[in-house]
Amino acid sequence: MPAPLLDRRDLEFMLYELFDVEQCLSRERYSDHNRETIDAALDVSQAIAEKYFLPYRQKVDTHQPTFDGEKVQMIPEIQQALDAVIEAGLASPGADYELGGMQLPALATSAVFAYLNAAGSTTMGYIGLTNANANLIEAHGSEEQIRTWVEPQRTGRFAGTMAMSEPGAGSSLADLTTSAVPQADGTYRITGNKIWISGGDHELSENIVHLVLARVKGAPKGVKGISLFIVPKFLVNEDGSLGARNDVQLAGLFHKMGGRGQTSTALNFGEKDGAVGYLVGEENRGLMYMFHMMNEARIMVGTMAATTALCGYQYSLDYAKERPQGRLPSSKDPLSPPVNIIEHADVKRMLLAQKAYAEGAYALCLLGTQLADDERTAPTEAERATAHELLDFLTPIIKSWPSEYGPKANYYAIQVLGGSGYVNEHPVELMYRDNRLNPIHEGTTGIQSLDLLARKVPQNKLAGYRACLQAIGETISRAQQVAELSAFAGELQASVDTLNSTTEFLLGSMLEQDIDLVLANSVKYLDMFGHVVIAWMWLKQAIVAAEALANSPHDADAAFYRGKLQAMRYFFRYELPETEVWAQLLRRLDDTCLGMHNDWF
Amino acid sequence: MKVLVAVKRVVDYNVKVRAKADGSDVDLNNVKMAINPFCEIAVEEAVRLKEAGTATEVVAVSIGDKACQEQIRTALALGADRGIQVETEGAVEPLVVAKLLKGVVEKEEPQLVILGKQSIDGDNNQTGQMLGALAGMPQGTFASEVVIDGDKVNVTREVDGGLQTVALNLPAIVTTDLRLNEPRYASLPNIMKAKKKPLDVFSPADLGVDVTTHLTQVSVEPPAERQAGIKVEDVDQLLDKLKNEAKVI
Repeated sequence: MPAPLLDRRDLEFMLYELFDVEQCLSRERYSDHNRETIDAALDVSQAIAEKYFLPYRQKVDTHQPTFDGEKVQMIPEIQQALDAVIEAGLASPGADYELGGMQLPALATSAVFAYLNAAGSTTMGYIGLTNANANLIEAHGSEEQIRTWVEPQRTGRFAGTMAMSEPGAGSSLADLTTSAVPQADGTYRITGNKIWISGGDHELSENIVHLVLARVKGAPKGVKGISLFIVPKFLVNEDGSLGARNDVQLAGLFHKMGGRGQTSTALNFGEKDGAVGYLVGEENRGLMYMFHMMNEARIMVGTMAATTALCGYQYSLDYAKERPQGRLPSSKDPLSPPVNIIEHADVKRMLLAQKAYAEGAYALCLLGTQLADDERTAPTEAERATAHELLDFLTPIIKSWPSEYGPKANYYAIQVLGGSGYVNEHPVELMYRDNRLNPIHEGTTGIQSLDLLARKVPQNKLAGYRACLQAIGETISRAQQVAELSAFAGELQASVDTLNSTTEFLLGSMLEQDIDLVLANSVKYLDMFGHVVIAWMWLKQAIVAAEALANSPHDADAAFYRGKLQAMRYFFRYELPETEVWAQLLRRLDDTCLGMHNDWF
Repeated sequence: MKVLVAVKRVVDYNVKVRAKADGSDVDLNNVKMAINPFCEIAVEEAVRLKEAGTATEVVAVSIGDKACQEQIRTALALGADRGIQVETEGAVEPLVVAKLLKGVVEKEEPQLVILGKQSIDGDNNQTGQMLGALAGMPQGTFASEVVIDGDKVNVTREVDGGLQTVALNLPAIVTTDLRLNEPRYASLPNIMKAKKKPLDVFSPADLGVDVTTHLTQVSVEPPAERQAGIKVEDVDQLLDKLKNEAKVI
């Protein structure tokens, strides 16, 4: 039997035991759902993943899309897979009924996508971006814009993109130059070049809706002069039918290390007389609107990275259980049968590392998903505000920790397979390549670290920071009540104390010292905070596992819960102590990197 | 034409089943349950008949406690129009199931009854045949093709020697084999719609059926675990062991 894409037992643990998705079913929006419909939705997504994605995973990788000068060509299996997802109602299962969705709770939607992403993350990239695009227009667009652009995206007729980067402005949006000129009819004409636009052109949908950042003539310099426009590939008539081709041209495709099913494009807006664009909201507030999509995309990136890590873990685990090789050091008989490699302690280490990274990261992403849901649908204003505060604070960690440690998990998946992992007869090398994008797009790890230390920590008088530490403290208090966890609770408390004193030191230094020096090791601060947060996720899982074990579950479940406890222990023993080293660097305001002269390299 | 489809709630085929510690039964505690795969094929065939315009209504029936409504809803999500649950407690043997189904057949008067050839838990392969005898309806079992032809149904059967096609007068009974079709999966919108489709519940008494069981399950035990092999010294020893220990030659 082939390796499972994901561990269904673990998904159910996360959904029903750790995050208790059933709790939110009492909300009006979700009242049609229950565990039966959520399980059924998972079954459907697993079936589609195994039938339409998994068999073509390698073909998608080895047959990149090409551009013949007129159209993008790609293998037909991508269209078939997307059609299957759309026909099964899984393109946007979380959206409103009126807009073509099924109002599935966000946690369940994430788990549904987990199967599809595990088998075909790059194909699912089209759907992920389309949803994020529609969500932005739904939140900030006019009624007419929602009618014209959201529903067709929810039902899969149109696809969506976000068009931000330019040849001279990637991470630094302040430098973007694409221009917008207002017209008498209220529309704008957009002119400029965009690059790295995922899904920027293809023939998979009737139309493509670009959300484009541009400057209106005379707008202020920097990020305060950026506006957001809807620029479709085809204009849309009043009755919803497609009109003329808009002046958006595909200049070319990039060829990527991984994620090859999804086109990465260079787009030219306004090669002729300017592309027709429709302003979203007000002028010069574009970046704020875009961050709506961006924040969501950041959770999506983290989730994608975590899912790919989960998938590689399952694959290498299955391999390790089946592959006989070598004997234990204690075995003296060269004729004794070889053991399966899972018996070797170092292979166990690499499997445990993957489990600790992947399941820890996925739990964090689901926490983010739950907060994003609560932010919109929690019953009281206070609950919604609390969720917003915590999510806003955690976003750089949710984006970057899974993105850094997900590929690391895939690295170990390859290592477990050895030479077999390095060749494309097994999919772990592909997962590694696919996952390698995640620390880059939607804000690199470096940018996330600056966002965390320079913005998210100090903002609102440290409100988000305090909310986060308080939430961690609550878990620690609960763990202290569980005999076998109290020592671990103490260890996490010690790390939180170190984190807290380091943060105070850095915030104080910002007022007194050169800001470039204080922020020079911001990535180490992000690492440190990330490790504390993942240790928190493990302690949360361990509490559930320990409580379940106390109720004498059957053998298979008992083994599952013991595995959770052991992975928690791994993270606390092998990973969490690193925070001490990073704290030392940070508190020394170490300038080894900052002080390196360019001509010393 | 009305089609009645029987569906059974069984342990999901992916689950590695275990016997209870006391050997009294299979351990169903906390185990994923699903619609029996052969029944799923039966539902698919009925839905295809409806999509082709041959059938006008598809009714899914299950027998069991309230939990089996979940499998009825699965059938409804796949395209059946309404459901019937005959509420029973504990295990029901094939003869009782056949009697209860006969009661439903008399109530519903379907032209075609499609069942799985067997369920993957009991592996009895009896219910369809018993229903045929009780209801006095012709049967085409192990079907790999079903073609309605006027007031007849032509059923291609998978038999040991190959394929056999029988023509049955309607109303008739068909039991499905694996190759009859490849069942679809339910779409999420259809899963949601299924919750609103009608589902009637009857008791065995409503159908005038006595559910007294005639079978007693004595014990359930897992197959013996395979023992590790040994290395023989030479061919003579191998022959000796095959003759005297394994007693296979």
